[in-house]
Amino acid sequence: MKSLLRIQAIFYKELTQLSRDRMTFGMVIMIPLIELMLFGYAINTNIRDIPVGVVDHSQTSLSRVLTQTISATKVVTFTEQFINIKEAQAAIASARIRAVFIIPSDVEKRMVRHQSVGLESHPSSDEETSRPIGQWIIDGSDTMIASAIKGLRTMPLTELMSQPANRNTPTFEMTLLYNPEQRTVVNIVPGLVGVILTMTMIMFTSAAIVRERERGNLEMLITTPIHPMELMIGKIIPYIFIGALQVIIILGLGHFIFNTPINGDLGDLAAITLLFILASLTLGLVLSTIAQTQLQSMQMTVFILMPSILLSGFMFPYEGMPEAAQYIAEALPATHYMRLVRGVVLRDVEIFDMAPDITWLALFTIGGLIAASLRFKKRLD
Amino acid sequence: MSQYAIQATQLSRHFGDLKAINELDLQVKKGSIYGFLGPNGCGKTTAIRMLTGLLKPTSGEIDVLGYKLPQDSAKLRFLIGYMTQKFSLYDDLTVKENLKFIAKIYGLSHREQTQRITELLGIYGLDNKVNQLAGKMSGGQRQRLALAAATLHKPELLFLDEPTSAVDPENRRDFWETLFDLCNHGTTILVSTHYMDEAERCHKLAILEDGIKRADGTPDELMNNMGAHVIEVDTDSPRQLKQQLVALPDVITAAQLGSRLRVLIKNSVSEPIEFLTQQPSILPTNALEIVRPSLEDVFVTCTGEGRQ
Ligand SMILES: Nc1ncnc2c1ncn2[C@@H]1O[C@H](COP(=O)(O)OP(=O)(O)OP(=O)(O)O)[C@@H](O)[C@H]1O
Ligand SMILES: [Mg+2]
Repeated sequence: MKSLLRIQAIFYKELTQLSRDRMTFGMVIMIPLIELMLFGYAINTNIRDIPVGVVDHSQTSLSRVLTQTISATKVVTFTEQFINIKEAQAAIASARIRAVFIIPSDVEKRMVRHQSVGLESHPSSDEETSRPIGQWIIDGSDTMIASAIKGLRTMPLTELMSQPANRNTPTFEMTLLYNPEQRTVVNIVPGLVGVILTMTMIMFTSAAIVRERERGNLEMLITTPIHPMELMIGKIIPYIFIGALQVIIILGLGHFIFNTPINGDLGDLAAITLLFILASLTLGLVLSTIAQTQLQSMQMTVFILMPSILLSGFMFPYEGMPEAAQYIAEALPATHYMRLVRGVVLRDVEIFDMAPDITWLALFTIGGLIAASLRFKKRLD
Repeated sequence: MSQYAIQATQLSRHFGDLKAINELDLQVKKGSIYGFLGPNGCGKTTAIRMLTGLLKPTSGEIDVLGYKLPQDSAKLRFLIGYMTQKFSLYDDLTVKENLKFIAKIYGLSHREQTQRITELLGIYGLDNKVNQLAGKMSGGQRQRLALAAATLHKPELLFLDEPTSAVDPENRRDFWETLFDLCNHGTTILVSTHYMDEAERCHKLAILEDGIKRADGTPDELMNNMGAHVIEVDTDSPRQLKQQLVALPDVITAAQLGSRLRVLIKNSVSEPIEFLTQQPSILPTNALEIVRPSLEDVFVTCTGEGRQ
């Protein structure tokens, strides 16, 4: 009973202090908003309109039609013409363009024999027909851009010759579940919930104890009968509400602005999110008992945040990471939440099918709370 | 029941090579006001932190209200109050919010909270500051708020670490009145200070220097048993006289008070007036007078350059 009163006292105190701290309060709202806009609009793995140049050695109407056909794919935009390859390469080096398309002088001859045009069918082993129509020289340093242009490697050119489309049966039939239009934002928005919660929750609580120490309040606090566990719980509760508010902002605005689906059960979503918020908050508390100054606590937050963005599966698929990185990823709460939230939001998964991740987050929270309470000594040395 | 609220024996605390407190023996009677008098860095705060269980002693025994420290510090929490040297309530909470917070932490019921807080606001003259942020108050107001918070749960034993360092003399007097009130109601108080007038109000005090207790006793005992004579010399040129006198091995110090010079002479000199008149620098026209030692004389005699 007394214990509840003390937890309530800490909770109420934190809330009052937070409400007077306009800056922090603003960040609570602004961070999810800005990140959502950044990731929603700026990060796009379906790359379009890459600026490229052309070196046309043939200067025929066909070569012009050819460039127009390529432009029509919207992958690239031809922004410059060059007389020779040397000039074009200089333009690539200065990053004005990302690639250059070279049309050989005998393009017509090559084209009529090429199978992609679909005029005659030659056996592909034929030396003559296997010559490509043109050449791309690509700035290969950015792999995403390079692979987007590499996607043009086997583009069909049937329309060019006003031929009926080549009705080849594909080797495989492909069905895309959950995100058939292949919009990056669909996968990004639920993941963003994990990243932003990691950032704000750890940041707030990692400063929690340190701030009391820096401002001298700790010396008073530890002479009172408060138990470390009561202090920790009281400090966490206000941020649960803040975390929930941020989730609502991200998923709500994501739904309205980017039309990202929320396929799963909202109750399930609330449950896993609460669990993740708790895990992040206790992680922050543990950091807070280690750090001596608020600056150190910020540095530690960044230390946790970077792998949480890079290794959790938010940016790069977990499966593609080397084994060592996967071990690190498994230790981070964000990785488990990333699976859970995408599972619920995108695939409407039964949360009981995700029991390992849920168990891990729960154990992490309990362990963290105990660790923070044990580490928090009611003493100054 | 022991008659002592605090008993410490051979208490030491080292920070690396620094002996912040060195073999301190301490006995504080219940219901008394005990003072720690000492210059900056002499270890007052360190001693109080050990006596409140916030710091672990390097060696030595502490018994506070019958509990051994630091093992039993949790049991002491309801019995002691501690007003820290630096204001340690929340700057961004109001007077009322701060007191309410403390009241809840000590587990007072809702009715008790309201009642006790109203009572404290009255005692410490904070009635009209209820909704002011603590960080925006003056030094004196803040110090009263801190005392209100430290006494909210009616502790038996109160530790005050330089409570009046930011307070004018007028307010300091009022502050001490409230301390005597508390004391009359049976509260034992340990207070640290570097003001002589405050130290003189204590029932008993200890003079600390470099972590070592140089002297202790009631202010009267200390002044009477001081190992020196105090003589005031009327002179036209106090500065020169001072320089000449302090050069003598039997003179502890000399301090200028306007046109007079207050000279401390070792007890080993049995006739101090005679001793001074024999000095060539003293003119026959100079009036010499033996005066009652003050606490400052005691302090000077047993600390700093006066100590040999
Ligand atoms: N945590 C610490 N680590 C290292 N040294 C310390 C620590 N705390 C205190 N000291 C040193 O111990 C000595 C005594 O410090 P203390 O704070 O007890 O002095 P004080 O008498 O309270 O001084 P003041 O009147 O300035 O408050 C000082 O030299 C100080 O530098
Ligand atoms: Mg001090």
